[in-house]
Amino acid sequence: MSFENFGIVSFTTETKASDFVDYLEKGKVMATRCRKCGTNYFPPRMDCPKCVGSDVEWFEIKGNGRLVTYTVVNYGPTGFEEDAPYTLGIADFDGVRVFGRISKGIKESDIKPGMGLKILPVKLPGDRIGYEFQKV
Amino acid sequence: MQDVAIVGVGQSIFSRKCGVSIGELCFEAYNEAMEGLDITNNDIDASIICSAPEYDKQRSPAGSISEYLGLTPKPSFYVETVCSSSSTGLRVGWSLIKAGLHKVVAVIGFQKMSDLTSRDAAERMSRGGDIIWESPFGITMPSGYAMYARAHMAKYGTTEEQLAKVRVKNSHYGAANLKATYRKELSLDEILGSEVISSPLKKFDCCANADGASCIIIAGGDVAKRVTSVPVWIMGLGAATDTMTMSGRESLTGLRCAQEAARQAYEMAGVGPGDIDVAEVHDCFTIAELMAYEDLGFAKAGEGTELIDGKETYVGGKKPVNVDGGLLSKGHPIGATGGSQIRTIVNQLRGQAGEIQVQGAEIGLVHNIGGVGQYGNVTILRR
Repeated sequence: MSFENFGIVSFTTETKASDFVDYLEKGKVMATRCRKCGTNYFPPRMDCPKCVGSDVEWFEIKGNGRLVTYTVVNYGPTGFEEDAPYTLGIADFDGVRVFGRISKGIKESDIKPGMGLKILPVKLPGDRIGYEFQKV
Repeated sequence: MQDVAIVGVGQSIFSRKCGVSIGELCFEAYNEAMEGLDITNNDIDASIICSAPEYDKQRSPAGSISEYLGLTPKPSFYVETVCSSSSTGLRVGWSLIKAGLHKVVAVIGFQKMSDLTSRDAAERMSRGGDIIWESPFGITMPSGYAMYARAHMAKYGTTEEQLAKVRVKNSHYGAANLKATYRKELSLDEILGSEVISSPLKKFDCCANADGASCIIIAGGDVAKRVTSVPVWIMGLGAATDTMTMSGRESLTGLRCAQEAARQAYEMAGVGPGDIDVAEVHDCFTIAELMAYEDLGFAKAGEGTELIDGKETYVGGKKPVNVDGGLLSKGHPIGATGGSQIRTIVNQLRGQAGEIQVQGAEIGLVHNIGGVGQYGNVTILRR
């Protein structure tokens, strides 16, 4: 599977960070780190603007994160008509902030900023793949 | 180097569907901006055309619009920072005059959004975010600001009712604005009872897509004094950016790009928040106006709600904000919005704002944001 299968609808197919999707298939959500200056990157990127270099490595986002904020989207754009309502959120994993969807398995009334979440790859309809935040 | 003044301001009627071409829409704004000025189209040395791409089909709209307004063979080019495009245009125009390259520049903003369905327009705006990593999850403009709203509520205890009070104010003033899309006063209950678009934001917490155009004509000081008796001077310009990705934001309770743009504009103008007599802020959503109070220093972080609770941002209050109805009432024709905000402040500083006039207003501020806090622009004007 390649990057064109990432998310509900993808808008681009090419990035040097497309290994991200291969890692998702192996059950891992990954970020990158610059080997030279130690800066962590999510979204993952293979170039470090601080060092103006490209010596980066992958690392897995593991453990429990903390929900920073969220919203339940009732009106989706073209391509997401059938998908709404869905919940978007930003979670913080030890300083690495990740934007994504919160699992439909969590009731809206149970979602609170500050709550603990874990992050896992998920299979999506149409042979697609993504990741989501799930209950700890 | 001579100072730069705004000599003419105009906007079209903002509406859900204008029924005319983009050139004709811009002509309506241009016509109002040229009213009473002792210049003709031949005196305009350059035009800067500002909009967000992919709403109407015209590629390279600068060519089409400069032809329709009779501004050929003078240079014309396109500037884009989505919703703040025309503030960016003003910044570029100011630089052209300051550099001595041109004497008179027209900054024309426009957007014709009615060619698209609401869902397709939402898709364009979604692609105004990061298309590789965030658009594939279905991010939208309301959902981006909704996440700021939720974070502000969690940190400061801000309520949905306080958000709704912003719309109550803006709908009150919008009802009197002949050029606004929505001219109906809304009650707190109507706003709180409207359908949820992206929680906690409801339909009436959101501005609407619209068709519209704006035109700002600027000139160097010597020309400005000759062509109008009421020049309004550009005292401060601030501009900044933040990450395209939402995950890259350091704070989700305020817009860093607005804070930085405000700092620059105040420093350049040599004034502070307390000196501002009247302001136009980018209220694409109710939460955006509350955060603007704080990002501009009208209130401390987390205390913007006190201004709306105390009705301090009404005419007669400590700091009148968006007393033309704001984007929430006028509608938000993306590229035209900054110019419309500037027009309102210029009319205030000229003492020509009619029933929304803030008495004795000398210094005004415009806060215009592109995207979900990607591009921050703050402009300070003085009569």
